[in-house]
Amino acid sequence: MAITDKSAPRVALFVTCLVDLFRPNVGFAAVKLLEDAGCRVEVPRAQTCCGQPAYNAGDRATARRIAAQVIAAFEGYDYVVAPSGSCAGMLKRHFPGLFADDAAMKASADDLAARCHELVSFLHDVLGVTAVAARYDGVVAYHDGCSGLREMGVKRQPRALLESVAGLSLAELEGAETCCGFGGTFCVKYPDISVRMVSDKTAEVAASGADTLLAGDLGCLMNIAGRLSREGRPVRARHVAEVLAGMAGGPAIGEGDER
Amino acid sequence: MTMAVTSPRFRENARRALADAPLQQALAKMKAGFVDKRLRAVERLPEFDALRDLSRDIKDHVLVNLDHYLERFEARVVECGGEVHWCADAAEARDVILALCRSVDARSVTKSKSMIAEEIGINDHLEAHGIEPVETDLGEYIIQLAKEPPSHIIAPAVHKTRDQIADLFHASHAAYGITERRDDPRALLDDARQVLRRKYLAADVGLTGANFLIAETGSSVTVTNEGNAELTQILPKMHIVLASLEKVVPTLEDAMTILRVLARSATGQEFSSYTTFATGPRRADDADGPEAFHVVLLDNGRSGMLGTEFQDMLRCIRCGACLNHCPIYASVGGHAYGWVYPGPMGAVLTPKLIGIDLAGHLPNASTFCGMCESVCPMHIPLPKMMRHWREREFAQKLSPPRHRAGIALWAWFAERPALYRFAARLGVGVLGLIAGRRGRLKSLPGAGGWTVGRDFPAPEGRTFLDLWARRDGGGR
Amino acid sequence: MSGDARARILATIRDSLGADAPGRDESAVEARLAAHEPNLIPARARIDPGAQVDLFVEMAEEVSTTVARVAGADEVPGAVADYLATHNLPAVAKLAPDPGLDDIPWAERPTLTLSRGKAVDEDAVTITGAFAGIAETGTLMLLSGPDHPTTLNILPETHIVVLRREHIVGAYEEGWARLRAEGRGMPRTVGFVTGPSRSADIEQTILIGAHGPRRLHIVLIDGDGEETEA
Repeated sequence: MAITDKSAPRVALFVTCLVDLFRPNVGFAAVKLLEDAGCRVEVPRAQTCCGQPAYNAGDRATARRIAAQVIAAFEGYDYVVAPSGSCAGMLKRHFPGLFADDAAMKASADDLAARCHELVSFLHDVLGVTAVAARYDGVVAYHDGCSGLREMGVKRQPRALLESVAGLSLAELEGAETCCGFGGTFCVKYPDISVRMVSDKTAEVAASGADTLLAGDLGCLMNIAGRLSREGRPVRARHVAEVLAGMAGGPAIGEGDER
Repeated sequence: MTMAVTSPRFRENARRALADAPLQQALAKMKAGFVDKRLRAVERLPEFDALRDLSRDIKDHVLVNLDHYLERFEARVVECGGEVHWCADAAEARDVILALCRSVDARSVTKSKSMIAEEIGINDHLEAHGIEPVETDLGEYIIQLAKEPPSHIIAPAVHKTRDQIADLFHASHAAYGITERRDDPRALLDDARQVLRRKYLAADVGLTGANFLIAETGSSVTVTNEGNAELTQILPKMHIVLASLEKVVPTLEDAMTILRVLARSATGQEFSSYTTFATGPRRADDADGPEAFHVVLLDNGRSGMLGTEFQDMLRCIRCGACLNHCPIYASVGGHAYGWVYPGPMGAVLTPKLIGIDLAGHLPNASTFCGMCESVCPMHIPLPKMMRHWREREFAQKLSPPRHRAGIALWAWFAERPALYRFAARLGVGVLGLIAGRRGRLKSLPGAGGWTVGRDFPAPEGRTFLDLWARRDGGGR
Repeated sequence: MSGDARARILATIRDSLGADAPGRDESAVEARLAAHEPNLIPARARIDPGAQVDLFVEMAEEVSTTVARVAGADEVPGAVADYLATHNLPAVAKLAPDPGLDDIPWAERPTLTLSRGKAVDEDAVTITGAFAGIAETGTLMLLSGPDHPTTLNILPETHIVVLRREHIVGAYEEGWARLRAEGRGMPRTVGFVTGPSRSADIEQTILIGAHGPRRLHIVLIDGDGEETEA
């Protein structure tokens, strides 16, 4: 249900390329959570990606051009929110540094950074959401994506909101703050190490006794889900927003609908 | 002469390490050994973060005034009767140390752990000139017997299991009358103590590293738990301190501030067993201590890091916390990195010391998870500096052509939203069709890196933006 | 070679930094060296002297140092003899040539065979004083000098330290401040010793007694009439 109240905060959704391409349901879950919390949500058409593939490959010039494009596309909104700690971290923590030598662009990047948030921490910390009206019957473990945790301070917010989900119980995940081994292109540049890291993660997920693994970043989730599936472990992976929005009824990540 | 570089074979090294069962068994103990202990020590000291900030500030102040502090340090060493030898590179440092050893007709040199000594390859150099180098840190002693380089900057034999150590000692200690193979850690330590005690007493020169040099007093500071740096420097005629120039700090008080974060970050101890300040040779009325005190001050490219994006790396105090917390290090161990300095700190420092052309893998073999920076007591932005190396590689076209082409193709679309939308629609549609109702792909042409160990979750079939446009009627 | 290298290294440092690097200031260097200010003393150490003594003992014991508290100097020989007997060690020790230990009535324990001087390999037990005890981490601050050869601290299997209550301070910096106040200059070796020697180089198992002492025992002269513990 779209909000028309002009005093409601105008929030631009930074969908993230992975959600856009692989799991639109996460985008719709984000929209629902934001709208339920009283936001007017818009999705700028000119968005593609946050530029991390170039930035982390050392291609600073391309990263700058993409950053400039993102800054322009998201100008003027009260908030810019991403269902990803990694992409939000890129916009908030790294864009300003890309324009250290260009005062005007630096100011625009700082302005975007100030308005930019990761979805769940935005709901909890900025909008003051303390509970959601959702139900999920299962035992879930939450993996802290690295950028969300260390760049955006996302730790207790998803857990606090998950506590309010009816039927859900949270399992302790040993090593929840350890990287799953995704790392963008790392996972294909150093597959042996990456697979080893994600195997450690899936072993911990299995040991937690959870039937569902949640996280706030689709990159981590595709990696962990892919490994869980390869190992034949009966654990489903979903984005935390899907559960919080009560939109976790469909197939989990990497799961077919042939059941 | 210096240690063989295998960094260009990082991938193969890593693959071998992942399949090395004893190594994996040894690495598995690191969490309880280092990570958990550090956390407990940090939680016990409420001022820990404030001390980190201060430590960073002290080093930053030193680095921008490095020449002033080094000149003052040297003046104080000379006043106390010691000597400072400035060495621009590894070869100069090797030559100075050899000449010093020869000046006292040294036949054997005891050494306490020093990463700089590994960096300049002093052991091979001394050996080649008929002088026996004896590593006295238990870990260094173990790997010296194994003829291996260290795999960790504070726990050089962390990759060895007790069983492997028992074999090494059994093979080597017969020469000292110890013939029984013992594998109890206590017994192994006792054997090493017995053998090394003779070496300490026979040594002509003691070579130590330094955790700090104190400008105020001309002192060198060593930190050990075993007491080996103390025996190394007290018993022989000559004490040589081998230190890189960024080790200098202003005052005794400044050293104490940083020492408070060092042991806690390194081993999770409140303080290491022995923190020893050595200042000059023995005094006229001292009954023991070395008669001569020499500081070999090594640059080896560090002065050129000042004023660059790598200056912050010179704050490093070699605590090893970044290694202990790195999931990549925990997976492959230190030898895979292929040179002296492994882990995140090595990924930044090694390219500077041996060249990015040889060390290119190191700053790339990171997920940028940020764990290293979060535990670094000196707040060194390690991921940021690894990215700087990637930028240099990119600028010098050193990164793999296939990878560069991939990034270029992706960027071409990412900068053209309309075409991107079109390609995305096509791509997810095709992938969705291939996957069908299974929801995942076991293999995918061109994505072997992914599917070698993981299934590939298939897209739902439509992009979010397309679906949103239908709901929203366009957006802006 | 070194002279040339010195000039080159210093020149590279100056060139790399540039003359106007932020924070570059030779007078600030002089001021910092002259002031040698303590930076931050943890609250743990900023407590009253009685509490510092208790903290010292607690922290020392945590790192496997053993502590016997005695009421006065006259009880030290007995405490030393008891300690050696308890651990089945011979009552033979090398005693530091420290005038500060002369008020201890060693002769009252004739079974204790003492000689004075630096330590040699054969010395199984040594007895020294200590310049200070640092409460913060249960650390001993030991200065080298004619009264305290450093070998006494590091060669024997058992190192016994006689520490006077009034020499316990809160933080390391207070130890340095006291050394400065005495005006005797920097000794060749200042050792901060926290527990006996140890190693974790075999499978990260902590083992006491690597190259230095296996036992570090402190006889603390409490001087406030507290009961003697063994």
